[in-house]
Amino acid sequence: MNFGFSEEQNLLREQVLRFMHEHCPMSRVRELIASDNPFAAQLWQQMADLGWLGLITPQQYGGVGLKWVDVTVVLEETGRGLCPLPFASHLLATATVLRCGSPSQRSRWLPAMAAGHAVCTLALCDDGNWLHPDAVTLTGQRTTDGVRISGTKPLVGDAKACDYLIVALRIDGKLALAGVATDSVSLTAANGLDATKPAADVHFDNLLISEDDLLPLDDADFHYLCDLGAVITTAEMVGAAEAALQMTSEYAKERIQFGKPIGQYQGVKHRLADMFVDIESFKSLLYYAAWTVDDAPDELPKAISYAKGYAADAFAQVGIDAVGLHGAIGFTAEYDVQMYLKRSKWARPAYGDSDYHLERVATLGGI
Amino acid sequence: MDFELTETEQAFREEVRNFLEEHLPPKDQRGPGFLGSWLEKVRERGWVGFSWPAEFGGSDGGLIEQAILKEEMALAKAPPLGSSFMGLAWVGPGIMRYGTQEQKQRFIPDILDSKVIWCTGYSEPNHGSDLAAIQCKAVKTGDHYLVNGQKIWTSGAPWAQWIILLVRTQFDVEVKHQGITCLLVPMDSPGIEVRPIENMAGDRHFAEIFFTDVKVPIENRLGEEGDGWQVTVSALANERSSIGEVTQMFETLDRLKTLVKQTTRQGKPASEDPLVRRRLAVFETRIAAMKYNGLRYLTRQIKGEPLSSETSVNKLLRASLEIELADFAIELSGPAGLELRGSDHAVDGGSWAKSSLNWPNVVIGGGTPNIQRNIISERILGQPKD
Repeated sequence: MNFGFSEEQNLLREQVLRFMHEHCPMSRVRELIASDNPFAAQLWQQMADLGWLGLITPQQYGGVGLKWVDVTVVLEETGRGLCPLPFASHLLATATVLRCGSPSQRSRWLPAMAAGHAVCTLALCDDGNWLHPDAVTLTGQRTTDGVRISGTKPLVGDAKACDYLIVALRIDGKLALAGVATDSVSLTAANGLDATKPAADVHFDNLLISEDDLLPLDDADFHYLCDLGAVITTAEMVGAAEAALQMTSEYAKERIQFGKPIGQYQGVKHRLADMFVDIESFKSLLYYAAWTVDDAPDELPKAISYAKGYAADAFAQVGIDAVGLHGAIGFTAEYDVQMYLKRSKWARPAYGDSDYHLERVATLGGI
Repeated sequence: MDFELTETEQAFREEVRNFLEEHLPPKDQRGPGFLGSWLEKVRERGWVGFSWPAEFGGSDGGLIEQAILKEEMALAKAPPLGSSFMGLAWVGPGIMRYGTQEQKQRFIPDILDSKVIWCTGYSEPNHGSDLAAIQCKAVKTGDHYLVNGQKIWTSGAPWAQWIILLVRTQFDVEVKHQGITCLLVPMDSPGIEVRPIENMAGDRHFAEIFFTDVKVPIENRLGEEGDGWQVTVSALANERSSIGEVTQMFETLDRLKTLVKQTTRQGKPASEDPLVRRRLAVFETRIAAMKYNGLRYLTRQIKGEPLSSETSVNKLLRASLEIELADFAIELSGPAGLELRGSDHAVDGGSWAKSSLNWPNVVIGGGTPNIQRNIISERILGQPKD
């Protein structure tokens, strides 16, 4: 029994931390999100060169062949720094190709994805508030030369930064996925409150997809990918929540009111302790969920529903209290803590809110 | 990360399970002589003081084996492994660490053999959470200390044979943590008077204790004079890691789920009510968090990384669960949920109603939730002290 990280994983964490500190500090994050596409090709290439984009990709496809526990380490740190690059989206797209792609599709796509040449995202649900195969309604018509798609996929994460989209659709009523080049569709940028998680509506105008670019998708795949999406989201939440707590804790030591640091008042001190308890708890649950992906996949649904079911509301409260304990300064655009509040609002419903996950915990727990 | 047990660990689990199958009859078949023979058998196996060094009569058991032992015992609803919870949890470890050779020989075997029950004389009428401010006084007079003062909320005092007692041996100190001394005192010493206090659940297991010119030989002092605070802090650290049985909480949750399945609310099955389902799931998620927090901290201990005060995390989680699980069972059951044992209407023998009044045992003993929050904020997050 060993519920901790290895020496290699600790080194990986240090490497990501150093990278975020040197190349993507908050000042850079702010620069990036001020542009209309928070993507930096040079940073992305550095991430690829460090092997992070192919961390879970098997070596035969040009990756490093590590596990989800390893990639969790990277996600915690990209989350801590609110990295606006599409690392999370690209990871889920990679997992999708690994799960659903044919051997030839894997050979065709994965090496370019691991090398950073093909930036990808997964567009799953048309009804973003429903994690169910029935929420996939975009339709493709089979023709003699392939499949034609018309319609719109709403609020696709990181679409603008990506070279390719993997889009869920229905063909003759059956679920499928299609690999689509972003330059063959048109995008309407969304205007979400967390600019570090940009999204866009993707419009298809009678787009022709060749059979080679279609992947099968069944209900089990759908739920598996949603669970992985929740693992990825929650891992980033752990790092972001810790950062929000740390900022607030440091501020409480320095801010003097009524002649004392505010951290000396139990109204502040106890709230900080409660934040710590919640973050420790969903962190432990998340680590366990990440471990199940490779080592106990039958346990994944319950494990990730524990983690996201806890984290969704707890991180939202951390965000609110982090800003609230700062007082008015926390409310300013200039101060970074508000960016974590925004992330907590983005993360709360992503891949299932607490109602969704807790209902699943009840069902899986025999109720 | 790896949740697999090694072959040796797995074999140990099997050994415990086989033992339990052979020697632990179902609750309703345990006769009057059962407990005595149970305590003898687990002692023979070396499972009492399992992690204690062999030189003191323990088994040098590893942290993982200890966790396995605790888990299997809880799963089987076995009785405790010794008659003195406090003796095993912190008096014994305290004596092993700070005691003289003579004290070790005198006290440790009796704890392991369940011959002596210990209680803990910390809190006083004016000093509970602010433990270091105690006033119970001991004056060195010749070959003994003369103790005068009062202790209160002392669990087990009505039947304990010994007390580990915190006294003040010096009053003119710069900080209150100085001048405190720890004494080991027989409860039948002349001058000790125990007055049991009835708690809100109707039980009388804690008491106030009055000390009037109680003579305690100097050789009964644990640690040096004035070092009592350090002895106590290390003892309470032991307590925080020994309280917090996740297995028991999961078992309570299972009973709550069974109750939900048998209960209707407003004429409809409670198990179909989304709010009921959500609350059960919140409980389960928090108990699971305790489990994986515990394993994470255990791993750090095994790797030799010192913990700060992380065990306070699980103590806080457990405190609210302890209250909420029982209250939810009562809420679900309507007026019948309030009925105690003996009533025709009692739900699950009145156990939920009783638990709903018993939570302070767990929640307040060993440091209230607000004290745990202070500990986390000050020792882990580095906030200034009050």
